[in-house]
This record gives sequence, C-alpha cells and structure tokens, in this order.
Amino acid sequence: MPSTQTLAPLVNGGDIRKMATRDAYGATLLELGAERPDVVVLDADLSGSTKTKAFSKAYPERFFNQGVAEANMMGTAAGIATMGYTVFASSFAMFAAGKPWEQIRQSICVPELSVKICATHAGLTVGEDGKSHQMLEDIALMRVLPHMRVIVPADGVEAAQAVRAVAAAPGPFYVRLSRASTPVIFSEDYRFEIGKGSILREGSDVCLAACGVCVAPTLEAAELLAEQGIQARVVNFATIDPIDSTLVAESARQCGAIVTVEEHQIRGGLGDAVAQAVVRHHPVPMDLIGMDDAFGQSGTADELLVYYGISAPAIAQRAQALILRKA
Amino acid sequence: MTLSNKQIQAIETAAHQVRVDVLRMVNAATCGHPGGPLGMADFMSTLFLEHFNLDPSTLHDPDRDRLILGNGHTCAGYYALLAYKGLISRDELMTFRKFGSRLQGHPHRNADMGIDFSTGSLGNSLSVATGMALGARLAGYENRIFSISSDGESQEGQIWEAATSAAHYRLGNLTVIVDFNNIQIDGVMRQVMDVRDLRAKYEAFGWHAMDVNGHDILAVHDALETAHNVTDRPSAIIAHTIIGKGVSFMENQSSWHGVAPNDEQLKLALAELG
Ligand SMILES: Cc1ncc(C[n+]2csc(CCOP(=O)(O)OP(=O)(O)O)c2C)c(N)n1
Repeated sequence: MPSTQTLAPLVNGGDIRKMATRDAYGATLLELGAERPDVVVLDADLSGSTKTKAFSKAYPERFFNQGVAEANMMGTAAGIATMGYTVFASSFAMFAAGKPWEQIRQSICVPELSVKICATHAGLTVGEDGKSHQMLEDIALMRVLPHMRVIVPADGVEAAQAVRAVAAAPGPFYVRLSRASTPVIFSEDYRFEIGKGSILREGSDVCLAACGVCVAPTLEAAELLAEQGIQARVVNFATIDPIDSTLVAESARQCGAIVTVEEHQIRGGLGDAVAQAVVRHHPVPMDLIGMDDAFGQSGTADELLVYYGISAPAIAQRAQALILRKA
Repeated sequence: MTLSNKQIQAIETAAHQVRVDVLRMVNAATCGHPGGPLGMADFMSTLFLEHFNLDPSTLHDPDRDRLILGNGHTCAGYYALLAYKGLISRDELMTFRKFGSRLQGHPHRNADMGIDFSTGSLGNSLSVATGMALGARLAGYENRIFSISSDGESQEGQIWEAATSAAHYRLGNLTVIVDFNNIQIDGVMRQVMDVRDLRAKYEAFGWHAMDVNGHDILAVHDALETAHNVTDRPSAIIAHTIIGKGVSFMENQSSWHGVAPNDEQLKLALAELG
C-alpha cells in the first residue's frame, strides 16, 4: 500500500507560499553548473523568461544563445550531446515542443541522446499572450515519442528535484514548466522519483489525478468534496511518460472512479495516459478535465482556468457526477 | 509619385496617434510589447495610409491587398492603425489583451476587422505570405501582399525557405518589410545571433532588396513604390528603426521589448510625445 506524502502547509500564517516552477528550474540549473562540468545550456532568445539567464552569466562558455531558431537549437543540442555533454535546451513550450518536433524525433529521440528539453510557459496559465503561446498539446507530442520521458512538476520543490533527476538520468527528457507563480505543495523532505506518482491525500470515493499547476486546485476540490462527505484520493502524476501504471491500477481498485485534471488537451495528455493504464489494468469509469478540443484566448491565468472548467468547484462538480456512474 | 506635404503630415499625425494609443493600450493591459510598435509607427503608418488599401469600403473585397504581421507581438500598433482607418473603434483598443476581447495578445484572423492572418509564433509569416501571393496570382488579382517581419524573426530557418520559394515563383506581388532595430528579447541582435546584412541576403536569394531609414517617411514611401514597380520578383524593404522611438527612456532598450509602462512611466512617455 503506497504511503501518502506529507504536504507543505498550504497556508503559512495567512500567506500561501508561491513560486513558479520555471524559477526552480533556473536556480537548480545554476547549482548543476557548479557541480557538473558536463552540463551545457541552450536557449532561443528567451533566457530571461525561461530562467536560464543565471546559468548563462555564471558559465558563459557553456551557454549558447541560438537566437530565435528553435529547430536549429534542437539539432545543435543533439550534436553537443554526441560529444558527451548533458544538454539542457529551453524555450517556451510552444516553441520547444511544437516548432521543432521533427528535429526532436530524428536528432534527439532516435539516437537516444541526453538532451533535456525544459520548456516554460506551458498551458493556459501563460495568460494574456493568448492562443499562439498557450501550449496545450506538448504532453501529447512528447509522450508519443519513443525514448522521450515527460515530467510535469506540480510546484517549485518538485521542479527542482525533477531537474536534478533528469540531469542524472541518461537519455532524452521533456520537463514541462509554467510561467505563473503557484502554491508550494510539497514540504522539503519530499523525494521525487522518475516514473512514480505520489498520493497527496487519501480517500476511496473517487480518485482525482492531476499534474503540474492543476494539482493545487485539485487539492482544493478534494476539500470541497470533503465538505459534502466525499473522500477523494488525490494523486500527483509528475511523470506522465512512463505513467505509474501500478499506482493508476491501485487507485482504480481502491476508488472505483478516476477524474484527471490538466491544463492540456484531454486528447493525448495526462488523462489519456491514465485512461490507457486504466483500460489495460483495471477498467473503471473516468472523466477527463482539461481543454476539450479547443484553443485558448487572452485573459488572466485565473480567468482562463475558470472559463475552461479547470477550477476547484468545477473539478468537485465533475467528480460528484462521476461517482454516480460507479458500479 | 512623391508625397505632398499634406500627405506627409497625415502620416505623421497617424504615427503620433499610433504611439499614443500603443502606450495607453499596453499600460491598460499591464502587459504586452510597446517597443516594437513605437519603432514601426512611421513605416506602418506610411504603409497603411498610402499603400495598403484596406479600409471599411474594401474590407470584404476578395482582391484587396493583404497583410500578415509576422512579428505578431507588435500587434498593439497594428490594432491602433486598424482603429485609425476606421475598421474598429478607438474604445475597443482599450480591451487589448483582456479576457473576451477581439484584440488578442497576438493577432487572431478576423474578417470583420481586416486581420488577414493569425500570428505570434515567429518564422511562419513569410511562408503564408508566399502562399497568399501564389493564390492571388492564380486568382488573377492585381493586389499586393505585405509581409511584416523583423530582424529577430529572420533568425528562423523557415523565413529562408520561404525566401527561396517566393523568388523561385517570381512573386512580384509580394513585399516583405523587415523591422530591423538590432534588438530582440535577450539583448542586442548583433550579439545574440547576428543575421548580418539582410539586404545582401535577400538579394542573394533572388529578391529586389532595399535598405531604408524606417523613420524617413519619404524614403519608406519611395521604397514601397519601387517594390510595387518591380513585378518580376518579390521585394524586401529592410527598414532600419529604433525600438521605442519617440520615448527617450525606451529607445534602443531591449528591456522595453515586452514590458508595460506603469502609470508614472506612461505619463512621462505621453508628455515626451506631446
Ligand atoms: C517561434 C517563436 N520563438 C520565440 C518567440 C518568443 N519571442 C517573441 S518576440 C521575440 C524576439 C523577436 O525579435 P524581434 O522581432 O526583432 O523583436 P523586437 O524588435 O520587437 O524587440 C521572441 C524570441 C516567438 N514568439 N516565436
């Protein structure tokens, strides 16, 4: 029986501690620069936003700005990796996963090179930039690729550990990071492991499975459900590929129903990964919350999450409806 | 034909209004990109007032000119010119980047407003413009296709695939205008990733290419006219501009690429513009 994580107090003296996962990435990359002379970083004219700038200042000889040329960046990352380096390549998720997909497939995944694509500004929460910048298909694009592993950290604590973990593991990784400051969920003694989900709250009426910045509202939804006498298990699937199918199956058995929550298209994302594990190992009713075949629009992150039904009340409502379908 | 004093004055008035609108819009949105549109205000106003034939009466004509804003992040200035030409109201400008607005953070194609294409991801524009020019020629239209690009966007490889293709198909109806301000997000373009001499590059790709001072209305007008008269190949106008032009503390600063002025800074900027 897997154990439940101890969480950071969401409210500290009235204040929620917040941090963007991209900030944790930048800080960890700087540490890795000191520890690992084999770490090389590439960026495509967004180093201030992706937070690779601190590394670029500290280790200018191991930082190569590629300009606005993401396809070339991925090919170059592959080439540097063949020389024995561990290469981090960053841009906004739209331009890191979307524009150079074929280069990632041919030059990074086929030869299984140690390129760690750390993509920021993923999802709806990029906000006002609108649909051209709201990457809602990157999990799908990356998890379909053989050899590519996909990590979506839920908060700053997990992001820092995930960046260390992917630096230590050989081969290609895609780490999905966000622009927005979001609540810190994990306490410092949390230990991230590639390929393992983590239980954030126990319950057996329904399982709420989330990733990334959607974990915080999902925990809130569980509180709302508890007020109605419904006990939800909340699972954070930080690794989407390979999905922790043991934990998916165990959650399906225990709860009899699973709702997934993500700021991504429900086709191809976390929901899809969980559904595949569910149908293979222990079929139960499911609902998938996320973008349902639509592009986003300009607005604040919170306005958009509410509008597209990825808020705590909406999650709680969908979970209640799903429970009625349990066998 | 050279411009009369009256025409020049009208362009100057439009460019001034665009600068004021851009600053107000980005300030009201509390985010967005002021620098690029301030730098492009002079050549974009010349283009909109004297060349690009979009206005409320031509809006739905299939054979009117087309425009694609490759550097979509500079759309505040584009929206301000749509308002100047009466395609949208000035009030609507203040909804820029807000939830529910038609004035999205990056342009979204909208036939009612005359926005011919969605942009925001750099590198895609010139291919689309090439397609528009091929399609227009196929349809027998005598219109012009204007593709707006930038030094930063010129770093994208796809721009050069399109440049090859447009010259190959001898698209005389296509004009690209490159906002060349030597600034991009991470700093000075020459230091981040030098695209070097774009006029020479476009020429080598088979285009008719010109360097102009992007703040010299007469020179921009002449270049646009020359581009119109060159019909056997596409034309490139490399418009040398100053990012943030008109507001001293924004000029030549990459830090003003994508940051909104606060109320204090807005006041100072508007006072400088007069
Ligand atoms: C494909 C792609 N990569 C990255 C970005 C992010 N981005 C937006 S503007 C910009 C810099 C572009 O340079 P330029 O157009 O010369 O900027 P300006 O002169 O307006 O400062 C970048 C990298 C983008 N919009 N599209």
